[in-house]
Amino acid sequence: MNHRVLADWIMKRLFTLTGYFTILILIGILYLLFSNAIKAFSHIPFSSFFDLHWNPSAHGEPLYGVFQLLWSSLLVTLGSMLIAVPLGIGVAAYLSEIASPKVRKTIRPLIEILAGIPSVTIGFIGIVLIGPFIADVFHLSNGFNALNGSILLAFMALPTIISVSEDALRSVPPSFREASYALGANKWLTLIKVVIPAAGSGIVAACILGFGRAIGETMTVLMVTGNATAMPHSFFDPVRTLTAAIAIELGEVPYNSPHYYGLFVLGIILFFISLGVNFLSEWVASKLRYKI
Amino acid sequence: MSVISKNITSFIGLRFLGLCTIVVLAFILLVLIDIIWKGAGTLSWDFIFTVPRKGMTEGGIYPALVGTTMVTVITAIFSIPVGVATAVYLNEYASDNMFTKILRASIRNLAGVPSIIYGLFGVALFVEALRLGNSVVSSGLTLGLMTLPYIITATEEALRSVPHSHREGALALGATKWEAIKTIILPSAIAGITTGAILGVSRAAGETAPILFTGVTFYLRFPPDTLDSEFMALPYHLYILSTQHHAIEQVRPLAYGTALVLILLIVVLNIIAFIIRNKYAKELVK
Repeated sequence: MNHRVLADWIMKRLFTLTGYFTILILIGILYLLFSNAIKAFSHIPFSSFFDLHWNPSAHGEPLYGVFQLLWSSLLVTLGSMLIAVPLGIGVAAYLSEIASPKVRKTIRPLIEILAGIPSVTIGFIGIVLIGPFIADVFHLSNGFNALNGSILLAFMALPTIISVSEDALRSVPPSFREASYALGANKWLTLIKVVIPAAGSGIVAACILGFGRAIGETMTVLMVTGNATAMPHSFFDPVRTLTAAIAIELGEVPYNSPHYYGLFVLGIILFFISLGVNFLSEWVASKLRYKI
Repeated sequence: MSVISKNITSFIGLRFLGLCTIVVLAFILLVLIDIIWKGAGTLSWDFIFTVPRKGMTEGGIYPALVGTTMVTVITAIFSIPVGVATAVYLNEYASDNMFTKILRASIRNLAGVPSIIYGLFGVALFVEALRLGNSVVSSGLTLGLMTLPYIITATEEALRSVPHSHREGALALGATKWEAIKTIILPSAIAGITTGAILGVSRAAGETAPILFTGVTFYLRFPPDTLDSEFMALPYHLYILSTQHHAIEQVRPLAYGTALVLILLIVVLNIIAFIIRNKYAKELVK
């Protein structure tokens, strides 16, 4: 009896301790990211981060403006959303409203495989297939530009958008559809006038999550977007995104230099973007629960 | 709108949904078929079990395969026990208050943080502060931290699906809380936990950004023999062969072969997770 109680006592402490250890790790991650980013401000004036251009290794006057990187990230990500949002909602609607259970059971694992393909492999496909294709179609010298990144990121964001949207569409009660059919609407009208609006907040949440997935992606954009440090003017310009800037430059800078701390500032910006994306999607999705 | 034009819109609209699905499936199949088709020619025992030769224009991927395996094992050893134990703490021991709510929200958010941020953190903590240097262990722990929120979330979901009556039944029979966890709760949740763990670790195995600056290196003649040495990894090897090599066109077959091995590794892990999930789902129905 006694050793059973003892074992229980020990295990309770052990689990609690592990829980606290995880909390410590969470705090540690935040602390290290922020403390390193804050050190940047003692070397670099705060205002220089609001400049347009990013070129920390420039001789004489290093430039730390984040807007060029931010705009590049947004350009590639928004481009990917233009492709992924209609496609994703289309596939989700097909799976939830049209596909037979058998078809659905075949397609879903394939989409899960897409979610599991390592980003470096998607980047490789961008180099060997999408890049030459873009160069051919638009008569460019090479296909390493924002458009290539957008196409690849679209397919990387799709599994998230499809699965979350499909869940939202499936959670619309069948009575909604039946009421619409009873009023004489056909399948398509029911879908776009009743089912999609009813699942609206879930679908919006899905697209926000997809956006977050795309803007945080590193290896794919690093491999296919050309990485030029210039302000992009169109989808055919090469771009260097926030994530790619960290990935390229962290390997080149000496530890604890202003540039090194500057990269942590980029990390913090990315961190807040992903935080904002998560909270926004949870907030939007929670509105759905109140409505139905 | 007339009935006819309504029907035409409906016809086109529904076909459009099918078209969207075909486009996405076509992309997935294009990726898989291209890599399998062009990678299969490179794949051989020689490719898997020899080291790169002649400036990585010949030879195999053995050091990269061993490196990825070593790092992934460290990731699993760190993230699975800590993740499962944290989830047990959150779900079975911690009281449901504001603090645990905040904690759960942070863990969910950390699961969505871009992997490159874990790379930054890995450099600051393991390489710099803890002086582990560029090594297998630094990379393994960095990937472990990245995987941790994923495993906690998956385990909690599995634990929540165990009915409350099971817990109460065990306690009513005189089991201590630990005995209830060990004999009733964990065994009922094991399918969900295992699936989550395999998927989390397989995602880590394919990651590149977190290991870029914590220990991976582009060329080694031998696999790493200690945990504090630098290593080659499959995803990074593919990155080097396809973007950084001096003879990119010449090494393209090697890159395809590496991509195929990487995809096979991930797909096999995913299929194992899929089988476990289905097997236990059927047993539950019985």
